Amino acid sequence: MSEIANTIFSPELAARFDKLVTIYPLKRSALVPMLLYAQDEIGYVSDAVVREIAQRLDLLELDVRNVLSYYSMLRSKPAGKYNVQVCTNISCMLRGGYEILSHCKHKLGIGHKEVTRDGVFSLEEVECIGACCWAPAIQVNYDFHENLTPAKCDTIFQMYRDGKGKDEK
Amino acid sequence: MPTLVSHPDEVRVLSRRFGQGAANIDKYIELDGYKAVQQAIGQGPEKMSAWIIDTMKASGLRGRGGAGFPTGMKWSFVPKTSVKPKYVLVNGDESEPGTCKDHVIFLEDPHAVIEGTMIAGLAIGSKLGFIYLRGEYRYLLKIVEKAVADAYAKGFLGKNIFGSGLDFDVITQTGAGAYEVGEESALMESLEGKRGVPRIKPPFPAVVGLYGGPTVINNAETIASAPHILLMGGEAYAKLGSERNGGTRLFGISGHVERPGVYELPMGYNLKRAIYEVAGGIKDGKKLKAVVPGGASCPVLTADEIDVGLDFDQMGKAGTMLGSGGIVVLDETVSIVEFALRTIAFYQHESCGWCIPCREGTDWIKKTLTRVYNGGGSKKDVDNVQYLAENMLGRTFCPLGDAAAMPTLGFVKKFRKEFEDYIAGNKAGVPIITVEQLVGAGH
Repeated sequence: MSEIANTIFSPELAARFDKLVTIYPLKRSALVPMLLYAQDEIGYVSDAVVREIAQRLDLLELDVRNVLSYYSMLRSKPAGKYNVQVCTNISCMLRGGYEILSHCKHKLGIGHKEVTRDGVFSLEEVECIGACCWAPAIQVNYDFHENLTPAKCDTIFQMYRDGKGKDEK
Repeated sequence: MPTLVSHPDEVRVLSRRFGQGAANIDKYIELDGYKAVQQAIGQGPEKMSAWIIDTMKASGLRGRGGAGFPTGMKWSFVPKTSVKPKYVLVNGDESEPGTCKDHVIFLEDPHAVIEGTMIAGLAIGSKLGFIYLRGEYRYLLKIVEKAVADAYAKGFLGKNIFGSGLDFDVITQTGAGAYEVGEESALMESLEGKRGVPRIKPPFPAVVGLYGGPTVINNAETIASAPHILLMGGEAYAKLGSERNGGTRLFGISGHVERPGVYELPMGYNLKRAIYEVAGGIKDGKKLKAVVPGGASCPVLTADEIDVGLDFDQMGKAGTMLGSGGIVVLDETVSIVEFALRTIAFYQHESCGWCIPCREGTDWIKKTLTRVYNGGGSKKDVDNVQYLAENMLGRTFCPLGDAAAMPTLGFVKKFRKEFEDYIAGNKAGVPIITVEQLVGAGH
């Protein structure tokens, strides 16, 4: 049983959070990881997520929102099941990052921070993801795909559509 | 998965376990893993701390995050006794564009980071270390988490490590996407569950750091170097590098080269040779135009300025920085106007907004370069960009303001003619975009 009655999280995540708040010298340190792990499960940081995390950490909801708005990976609106993040920073740009981005826009029929109608994909242009030597690179949720060409992107999208893409959380 | 590369000129110290499955703890142990920490403990409780710090000082190791501060000296600044607990904080928030070396360390040798954290802890008398990875590195976080769990299972972490009577724990932490958090004081804020804005210094982290306790913060590569240094001896490590720049480091060569990758080269290795020999030269036989030598924040070098040694001092003399070791190579087809805009757009996005010169400076440089790039620039824009950048330098809490200003100055000073020609070439028919239009368009 979670320490929070009527938790909105799965029993596994609730148990994980119960433990997470105990490991730090100050429990507030769990805030950033909790927001991200909650987003992984719920899909985005909803009002209910903010409420429960604030309760778990004895913080004001305002404190939680203040942190939520700072970090690029945290979102307060739903994304697609697979969030495609295309890096266009310098190393990727030099090796075709923008071509990859426009190909993804065309292929998925959506723009930056938009979601496909079927909810399967969303698209985001992101800053450097730390795959510079294997550019151009994208991340689909947390999975890296490197040394890309437009054709490789098509294969990757099909893989996820067919439910065969790995989806690490 | 990153492709591992190799070249005969490499000197493999830090990377010697790469490609051998050392993420597995038994393999790591087989390859001399957790020997250095035991050797340190073997010095006895009286001498241990001094022995570690002296060895690190003798090694000439300088911070691999980019600032190049001598590591042994940094560790020696931590007070011997403290009312508050002391902490070790490993900075794996690798976010400098052009940099992906820590990525490979976490993937190929996570235990070296853990062992290095323990060594730093023993040196400063800390019982708790944090390994902070950027949020995008989730698969690497899982590798590090597994490594930490395995180290606990073997009894290497926790109570009474290696019979020393000392306890040491390690906590792993994920970020959630913020370049600014790579700055040491912002990193501490983030780890305390807050927005990643910098703290004013002094006090420095060695005195007042995480949770107000004395804290050593080191880049993941710096920390991972420590076990190797203790095993081979400080002097032997120092000898591998150049004067006042001990050892080797991981250089990530990206952009327009034939064989991009992360290579371990001795400090002081020639940049030209790194590009033409190690990374196989310019892609598709094109001509070199420029090199950003140490991550996006380092001033650009032109093609005829690259006959220089890759260490902190020689790069400084050449008017740029060694930075994070991320060498970005630009061929003749690259538009510097576009490249400068992409660079400042990054810093504008990542500026945390705490200090006005950085928040406003990055924004106005981005706006001005946007209108230049879109063909609506005026000749005065180049001066304005330079003026803005010069007025950001040294006027912010943390180095992000400088990190944005320095490359901008490099571009407009060294490629001024290209900016002017670009503006002149677009004059025909394209009206200058007004400030009002820009402000509207920029948001």
